[in-house]
Amino acid sequence: MANFSKPIGPRFSVEVYQNEYLPEGGREVNAIVTVTATGGGTVGGAVSAPGLYGAAAPDAAVAIMVDCSGSMDYPSTKMRGAREATAAAIDTLRDGVRFAVIAGTHVAKEVYPGGGALAVADSRTREEAKDALRSLSAGGGTAIGTWLRLAKGLLTGAEAAIRHGILLTDGRNEHESPEDLKAALDDCAGSFTCDARGVGTDWEVKEVTGIASALLGSADIVADPSGLREDFTRMMEQAMGKEIADVALRLWTPLGSEIRFVKQVAPTVEELTDRRAEAGPRAGDYPTGSWGDESRDYHLCIEVPDAAIGREMLAARVSLVITEADGGVQTLSQGLVRAVWTDDMAASTSLNPQVAHYTGQAELADVIQRGLEARKAGDLDGATAKLGRAVQLASASGNADTAKLLAKVVDVVDEATGTVRLKAKVADSDEMTLETRSTKTVRVKKS
Amino acid sequence: MSQIDQPAAGANCPNCAEPLESDDRFCGACGLDLAARPGGPGDRPTVALSTPPEGTAVPVPAGRAPAEGSVDWPEAPEVDSSDRPVPVHHGSELPGTDSTGIALPRTEEEALRHDARAGDAGNPENAADAAHTGNPENAADAAHTGGTDYPLAAPAAADPRLAVPAAPESGGGRACVACRLGRVDSDGYCENCGHAQPRERDHMEQELGAVAAVSDRGLRHHRNEDAFAVSRTALPDGSEAVVAVVCDGVSSATRPDEASLAASRAANETLLAALPRGTHPQQAMHEAILAASGAVNSLAAQGGVQVDQNAPACTLVSAVIAGELLTVGWVGDSRAYWVPLDRTAPSARLTEDDSWAAQMVANGLMTEAEAYADERAHAITGWLGADAYEVEPHIASFKPDRPGTVVVCTDGLWNYAEAAEEMARVLPADAAERPLHSAQVLVGHALDGGGHDNVTVAVLPFPPSATGEVSA
Repeated sequence: MANFSKPIGPRFSVEVYQNEYLPEGGREVNAIVTVTATGGGTVGGAVSAPGLYGAAAPDAAVAIMVDCSGSMDYPSTKMRGAREATAAAIDTLRDGVRFAVIAGTHVAKEVYPGGGALAVADSRTREEAKDALRSLSAGGGTAIGTWLRLAKGLLTGAEAAIRHGILLTDGRNEHESPEDLKAALDDCAGSFTCDARGVGTDWEVKEVTGIASALLGSADIVADPSGLREDFTRMMEQAMGKEIADVALRLWTPLGSEIRFVKQVAPTVEELTDRRAEAGPRAGDYPTGSWGDESRDYHLCIEVPDAAIGREMLAARVSLVITEADGGVQTLSQGLVRAVWTDDMAASTSLNPQVAHYTGQAELADVIQRGLEARKAGDLDGATAKLGRAVQLASASGNADTAKLLAKVVDVVDEATGTVRLKAKVADSDEMTLETRSTKTVRVKKS
Repeated sequence: MSQIDQPAAGANCPNCAEPLESDDRFCGACGLDLAARPGGPGDRPTVALSTPPEGTAVPVPAGRAPAEGSVDWPEAPEVDSSDRPVPVHHGSELPGTDSTGIALPRTEEEALRHDARAGDAGNPENAADAAHTGNPENAADAAHTGGTDYPLAAPAAADPRLAVPAAPESGGGRACVACRLGRVDSDGYCENCGHAQPRERDHMEQELGAVAAVSDRGLRHHRNEDAFAVSRTALPDGSEAVVAVVCDGVSSATRPDEASLAASRAANETLLAALPRGTHPQQAMHEAILAASGAVNSLAAQGGVQVDQNAPACTLVSAVIAGELLTVGWVGDSRAYWVPLDRTAPSARLTEDDSWAAQMVANGLMTEAEAYADERAHAITGWLGADAYEVEPHIASFKPDRPGTVVVCTDGLWNYAEAAEEMARVLPADAAERPLHSAQVLVGHALDGGGHDNVTVAVLPFPPSATGEVSA
């Protein structure tokens, strides 16, 4: 029977991949936790044919933030591309979803519907919103923090289950201090999720990826404004596919243990260690944002107290939880990470393939970022070494997308040994694409 | 700590009569879990110290619930059996959540709701009833988690005596055997220190008069991958047949514990079906080993074994005493020994291992000492499992001309008593009268030697009637 009192959420499953065997005196436990959400009832068909979506209105609210600073007119295709992309995203909104469009400069302005409200998507409001977009013109500065704060006000007022933002910028955040942006992000974290896009090549990669990271969304570059329409449509489809928000990864660890790190490692590398919120003794919650039908991998590294050969310990209990309106906690799924001490050297020294793979992927993201930093700083030897290692890792792990991006920055002499030469001339867009997408990972090939 | 469950100094193990130390949590000889053991029929009441402190009530065996309305809880003594002050843990001193994230109950009312949520009690009212009618588990739970001070107004119907201080830690869920502070969650791990709790298979014992078996995890392995089955049945002529099957899971394969369990059960059931029909023991043994092989093979089909992993596998050794005939069957390196009652007569090993070392010796390439010193010695050349080339059951029959004992065991024992003479030295002289005790002693020998592997041993006196009653 359908339960109409609550939206039917996806089912979560948790799988743990690890080598649980530790040698005598061993303390470090590594595990890859794959979380998969399935069967939420949202299907692609509902997105492409909004009228067919079920009787219950989707409980979602979306704010689209479009950069309208003066630089958007240079070239003028940028502003046009942004307008078209926003219109396309509006067309992708499902009926019943509440939405707003914000024009961002050194201040934030409501473009549609205005008055601190959200419009409910239907054929009429979609047309009205697109009409309103025509009045958008470029002029003014850039203060992204103000855009985010306005979006937060609108989205939290809606009290929707899924609250999502889409942010487009083309320039540096010049009209407020980095501290202001940081404060705005801290303020907005947990209120809504946000995808961020940089258009052209005059924006700061760290700013855009920082926004997406803090607000648990994706970051990407759209170097050519004409690509915006397709990208916005895809982003909005993904947002419409989200079915459950504010899911946290809860980690219980035994007395005397220490958490070395918690990272999301697929689809992108996202450091979560410092985002822990205590959730009772020996337990803490790490935010994961909202979920549709999707699968993500997490890498846990825990140091447990030593125990004698033959002993077995629960090193971590991993659960996916949502906190309900009444303060109760619902556990969606859980998995166990174990530690077993053995004197069988073959067992304790073998590396779990998943752990090894993602250790490599995390290193790949790290060496790309360090390599590009070294290159910018003029340390060509350091850049060559780091990017060479990146080529080696990307090749060994089958991360073909990243390998292609690397090949635009370096000439590969031998990928197996990571021997490369820095290209003398590199397009800004190629370098920024590599930096923005450096955290994208691939999954372990199924044998 | 629990005064009811914990034996006083000078007490003996209720199972094997081994003297215990006051802080023992397991019996040193047979491994009995002393803390978790309820006051069953075989339990001896705890012996109080010679001068029990004033106010010490007679301990009530945990299994005996007082009648309704007359809950008469023993007052907790101030000192424990070693005259040290008893540490008192109040429920309120252990705040927090269990490892599933559910807040631990702080008041009795909550405790009952907590139980209900955990699915134990079904509905809170029943749970409350249970607590007040003296159901020891629920009552203890309520007492334990209820807090001792009652800072809140007690529920109207609550009996304050339920909140006796120093109620057993093990009241609400078992207490952890490792840290003794946390409780054990539904997965079998401590919600405080995370340590896995002893499992049922860690130590198993069974005695059926004329046959007894003991299996132990040992000291170095994290689980027991051995299994055994012992049984008795009647032959068509009314005489008795005694059966013992011992299996050792192959650690390098997947789910070895399931393999050994399936094999021992299948072999035992086949023998129990065939022997009463008058099937010759040798034929019955052959069928039993093939049935065990089939049972292990079918595990591989069920479990979805990955390509790079070995199918579940195990060894098997079985002994059947039917009338005057002793039949032994085996695959792998688990063994059977013959030890005569008169120890001046020679003892003998009855099986030939399917192992690298045995092959080396059989082919004259190495001496026994050299072969068994080699690190490849234990690589087995025959086993039950889907990836065995062809199962070749080895079967041998004997007609012992004198009384004695058959010892059937895994390598976890014979590594510490390899030669038949050594086995004879370790086996107690009264093995025929006390087969279970003898099996315990043999397991103890292996553990004393280091317990590097799981240890399983079955002891079958010959003739079986020596131990008394025959079930027929």
